[in-house]
Amino acid sequence: MSTVNIKINGNPVEVSEGTTILHAARQAGYKIPTLCYHDDLVPFGSCGLCIVKQEGSSKIIRACAAAAFEGMSIITHDPELFEVRKTILEMILSTHPSSCLTCIRNGECELQDLAAEFGIREQPFEVRLSDRPKDTSSASIVLDPEKCIKCGRCVQVCQDLQGVFALEFIGRGDETIMAPAAMLKLEDSPCVRCGQCVVHCPVGAIYEKDEIAAFREAINDPDKQVVVQIAPSIRVGLSESFGLPAGTVTTKKIYTALRKLGAVAIHDTNFGADLTIMEEGSELVGRLTNGGALPQLTSCCPAWVDYIEKYYPDLLEYVSSAKSPMQMVGAVQKTFYAEQMKIDPAKMFTVAIMPCTAKKYETVRDESMYSSGFQDVDLVLTTREFARLIKSSGIDFLSLEEEEADNPLGEYSGAGTIFGATGGVMEAAVRTAYHVVTGKELENVDIETVRGLDEVKKGVVDFDGTPVRVAVVHGLSHIAELLDEVREAKAKGEQAPYDFIEVMACRGGCIAGGGQPYGATDILRKERAAGLYADDKNSETRCSHHNESIIKLYDQFLEKPLSDKAHHLLHTTYAKRPSYKA
Amino acid sequence: MAFRNYILVCGGTACESIKSEQIYQNLITACKEHGIADEVQIVKTGCFGFCEQGPIVKVLPEDAFYVKVKPEDAADIIAEHVVKGRQVERLLYDKKSSTRHARVEDIQFYQKQFRIVLRNCGFIDPESIDEYIAREGYQALERALFEMTSEEIIEELRNSGLRGRGGAGFPTWMKWNFTRQAKNDIKYVVCNADEGDPGAYMDRSTLEGDPHSVLEAMTICGKTIGAHKGYIYIRAEYPLAINRLEIAMKQAREYGLLGTDILGSGFDFDIEIRLGAGAFVCGEETALLQSIEGKRGMPQPRPPFPAIKGLWGKPTVINNVETWANIPVIISRGASWFSKIGTSDSKGTKVFALTGKIRNSGLVEVPMGTTLRDIIFDIGGGIAGNKKFKAVQTGGPSGGVLTEEYLDTPIDFGSLVKAGSMMGSGGMIVMDEDDCIVDVAKFYLDFSVDESCGKCAPCRIGGKSLARILEKITKGNGTLQDITTMEAIGEAMKKGSLCALGQTTPNPILSTLDHFRDEYLAHIVDKKCPAGKCKDLISYWILEDKCTGCTVCGRKCPVGAITGARKEVHVIDQNACTQCGVCYEVCRFDAIEIR
Amino acid sequence: MAKMTLEELRSLRNRVQGDLQKRDIEGKDSRIIIGMGTCGIAAGAKETLDAFLTALDEHKISSTSVTQSGCMGLCYVEPTVEVIVPDMPTVIYGKVDAKTAKKIVEEHLIARRLVTDHIFDRPAADIIKKDGGK
Repeated sequence: MSTVNIKINGNPVEVSEGTTILHAARQAGYKIPTLCYHDDLVPFGSCGLCIVKQEGSSKIIRACAAAAFEGMSIITHDPELFEVRKTILEMILSTHPSSCLTCIRNGECELQDLAAEFGIREQPFEVRLSDRPKDTSSASIVLDPEKCIKCGRCVQVCQDLQGVFALEFIGRGDETIMAPAAMLKLEDSPCVRCGQCVVHCPVGAIYEKDEIAAFREAINDPDKQVVVQIAPSIRVGLSESFGLPAGTVTTKKIYTALRKLGAVAIHDTNFGADLTIMEEGSELVGRLTNGGALPQLTSCCPAWVDYIEKYYPDLLEYVSSAKSPMQMVGAVQKTFYAEQMKIDPAKMFTVAIMPCTAKKYETVRDESMYSSGFQDVDLVLTTREFARLIKSSGIDFLSLEEEEADNPLGEYSGAGTIFGATGGVMEAAVRTAYHVVTGKELENVDIETVRGLDEVKKGVVDFDGTPVRVAVVHGLSHIAELLDEVREAKAKGEQAPYDFIEVMACRGGCIAGGGQPYGATDILRKERAAGLYADDKNSETRCSHHNESIIKLYDQFLEKPLSDKAHHLLHTTYAKRPSYKA
Repeated sequence: MAFRNYILVCGGTACESIKSEQIYQNLITACKEHGIADEVQIVKTGCFGFCEQGPIVKVLPEDAFYVKVKPEDAADIIAEHVVKGRQVERLLYDKKSSTRHARVEDIQFYQKQFRIVLRNCGFIDPESIDEYIAREGYQALERALFEMTSEEIIEELRNSGLRGRGGAGFPTWMKWNFTRQAKNDIKYVVCNADEGDPGAYMDRSTLEGDPHSVLEAMTICGKTIGAHKGYIYIRAEYPLAINRLEIAMKQAREYGLLGTDILGSGFDFDIEIRLGAGAFVCGEETALLQSIEGKRGMPQPRPPFPAIKGLWGKPTVINNVETWANIPVIISRGASWFSKIGTSDSKGTKVFALTGKIRNSGLVEVPMGTTLRDIIFDIGGGIAGNKKFKAVQTGGPSGGVLTEEYLDTPIDFGSLVKAGSMMGSGGMIVMDEDDCIVDVAKFYLDFSVDESCGKCAPCRIGGKSLARILEKITKGNGTLQDITTMEAIGEAMKKGSLCALGQTTPNPILSTLDHFRDEYLAHIVDKKCPAGKCKDLISYWILEDKCTGCTVCGRKCPVGAITGARKEVHVIDQNACTQCGVCYEVCRFDAIEIR
Repeated sequence: MAKMTLEELRSLRNRVQGDLQKRDIEGKDSRIIIGMGTCGIAAGAKETLDAFLTALDEHKISSTSVTQSGCMGLCYVEPTVEVIVPDMPTVIYGKVDAKTAKKIVEEHLIARRLVTDHIFDRPAADIIKKDGGK
């Protein structure tokens, strides 16, 4: 790739062609402030803070959008730019409440950081705040219009990254707001609750529904036995909340923390992932051999399930009926585990620590989420809530001893771990399905082709002579092209070009889910995923069907994959849902 | 058989709205009644420009210019002028109620004008492609397709010195050349017909009066840059222009001047109309392109410029209507002809919509370099009602006000910017001594604030903040600090806003602060509005020595604030008075004073 | 519908150009003014007018305008026609019938020779002033 040479504040820097001035400046060691630009998004240019000057020109350009051209000499900081940026910041602050102390983003807010950096000490402009009420209709996400600085990231995320179009720009000029079309409540909009708007919001205008209080209440209730599970991605996500490098795996410290918090049993959703592979893998093998509807679409991501129920209800037959790992664990906790431990399931309070906001909704998605006779999962806390819970409980996370999870729902294979990254479900499924179909074991279980951040990964896996055509998609906006192909094939009565498609709503998979620590970019995604893959590599067991506890569970309780009992507890059904509720 | 008379009836929107269609129909009926229907050609044309005097009917070859014609006058025009050869004196344009002007060339309104863009407006039937062709129409396209290379066309444009007429004045050849050089299989040509400045209607009139000139120009551009598809983005509230464009496109397609293999050249080009909903910001090119794509019309950061990355991410030439209308003339008559008109900085002509406190409002086209004084006093006939000239706003809400000392400024891109305003798309609004400058600034500001798309923070927040401060000042609650604050916000908006709308929103304030700071200070410090416009800063008083006790003011006062017996001096109750000004209007003895 | 070729477009332009030029007053330096008062019309001025238009058309003369005026006060020699051509004396012809009209076009306008046998008068000064005095 060809490069261009430019100067940033007099310092020569060589960057690859097409690099924006913002990135070139980063490379040269200069940080240009911005509130709307995000590495995940197309430059939008709304905040006006990234303005820079080109030497010899009176024009002011936006560093986020303008590409560097050979010979350019850019000034990123000077007194004039400082004054303009400061005035713009003061303007933004004149429409934003100064209630930082009681804000969910206190200490993690991009606007707060900039105000601090610019040393803003007073408010020169008349303060005008929105008086629109919060939208608390969603089980997962809260919108607080008063705090919105209208940077547009959430709308870009919702429309461009996710293809969901729940959020829109509404109104014009000073009246502009970001909200669902027709000013509907979020719950009545096509929102799939993926929470990507939350993690991209620079301020506290969109955030997860905080349910720490419900956790404390259950823990302090002598009648309740709190049983916890942690999702694959928590082990690499939580570390960032405690200042550790991205991708640091802290599984065993997390177990210890949960025990200190008062949980009676600590389970791992990775176990559920292994269980999912047994069920979903068997289902796939069944479809492949019995002429069932293909491609089979994965079903562990609740935001994706919600998306297809709303946008492609005619293709629901393709979705695997297997529940998500979290729901499988909940169902097994309140049946098999309760029975074994002689705990009254009515008194068991199941908590799942998840990287995801949609999981909060999934627990009550339909009646099959009550398969144990009770709500299978009682409470979902996101990684961020979990971090706050640990901190506010006085637990010094970094100095914790490492402890083990409680068996039998604590054992897992490496295949279960990689569920948290895009391609991981596919890779895990292939490891087991290969065995089911061929009766042999894969020699090399590392299936590199489905890893990484390419939006759509396609490939053919050779099942001992039988080619299985697979595709992996992350970031919901990219699924439409594949679903359209499937839909077209279906209409023509032809075979679709895929046998198995993995879909994760969030870019990078759950490691960058809507409940994870803020600030995810592709650099961070790669580091977080690398943590999971390293954990997998280091696992003794790398295939779900080798998980001893899983084998025992089938022996003692579920009989075999897709048995009646398994169907009742571990499978679900799907239904068309309206995008907009009138 | 040749016609002995041609009657041109203005079919522009303004004249149509005052029954020019009925006049047209009545003329046809009258001709039939006289049995001369086949001897007289009656044509509905585009706008004549002299809208102040509409509806206008011109009779050729005598070149009689009938103004303010009513439908019932049609019979007289036929019976008297056409049949008997006697011009209908009472309908002729009457400048000073002393001399009647028959011929157009005698009318001062037209004397200093020079028409390139409006060359066919008011002359041809815009619904007849043949009439366009007869007037050198599609001759430029012939040259572009068969005689010139793309490089030569661009060279011709470059030599012509044509700069974009949409406001910023970017050299047109450069836009075309960037797009031509951009490597892409798909490119687009876009016509920006989203005219939105208050009081401006240059583009609408051009499209209504001469739609083919734009189609021809866009096709020439398509051939030059290698595009095969064009879009005309026009606001839905221009139904007549849309209708004429649609007719013109249909005719051009029938003749093979649009579509595949144009004139057998092998070149394909077609045009589609996209309707806008009338958002001012969609006149900004990147927002316009978003709107064509079906997205919310919000400006995008530039660079990348549309010439490189435009419609659907493809290289796109986007010019406004007036720019397009210049192109066929430049190509057919040559750059050297065109570049002789105008100044060294700006070539050709500029169309202005002249409005405000002016005697002859209307559409005027003048060579670049004509002075403001020529336009306002010679063409425009000076200030209406013998009031004193105060200022002129050019460049619409994005421009600035210019005072008397700038009247001899020659109009070109550079000079206007140097004087503290800008060319803009061609709105020109004249103010007289009765206009309050703070109120004027507030009018423009409120317009821009209303039209802000809300995308970027400086424009969204800054505009509203400025509006609130001005509101405060006109209510008498301003402080000196407000001026400093406005200047700071204005600077930040100019430099930090995403598009020209936001960047220029503070211009009316900044330029009036420059030229009329005293007037701001009067509002802020003395709590007075010198022009007597800001209601909260004025009070009405009855002068004892002039009041005759006629009781008219008392009877007309809507809130009963005036008391007094017949033939006695009346008094206004200042607490009850709402400053509506009715008493001032109705007093026949100048006995009411504004303080 | 058959599309046009370049040649067809050009021939169409040639065909319609003349019609439009008649509307154009710019560049028309010669004028024929026909007295179309009641007396003129009664004496056949309408036929004269038609004859002028036809003759101009036939000779493809586009630089001459044909206008009408009211009675010139010369009712006894109607139809009367005033002809104004640059660098030639302005004359009023009397008793101009269709045949004479054709002759005026061919002689006065094209050959630039006065049709002496029909000259009635040089116009009075006040008549000249209005149009010819420019």
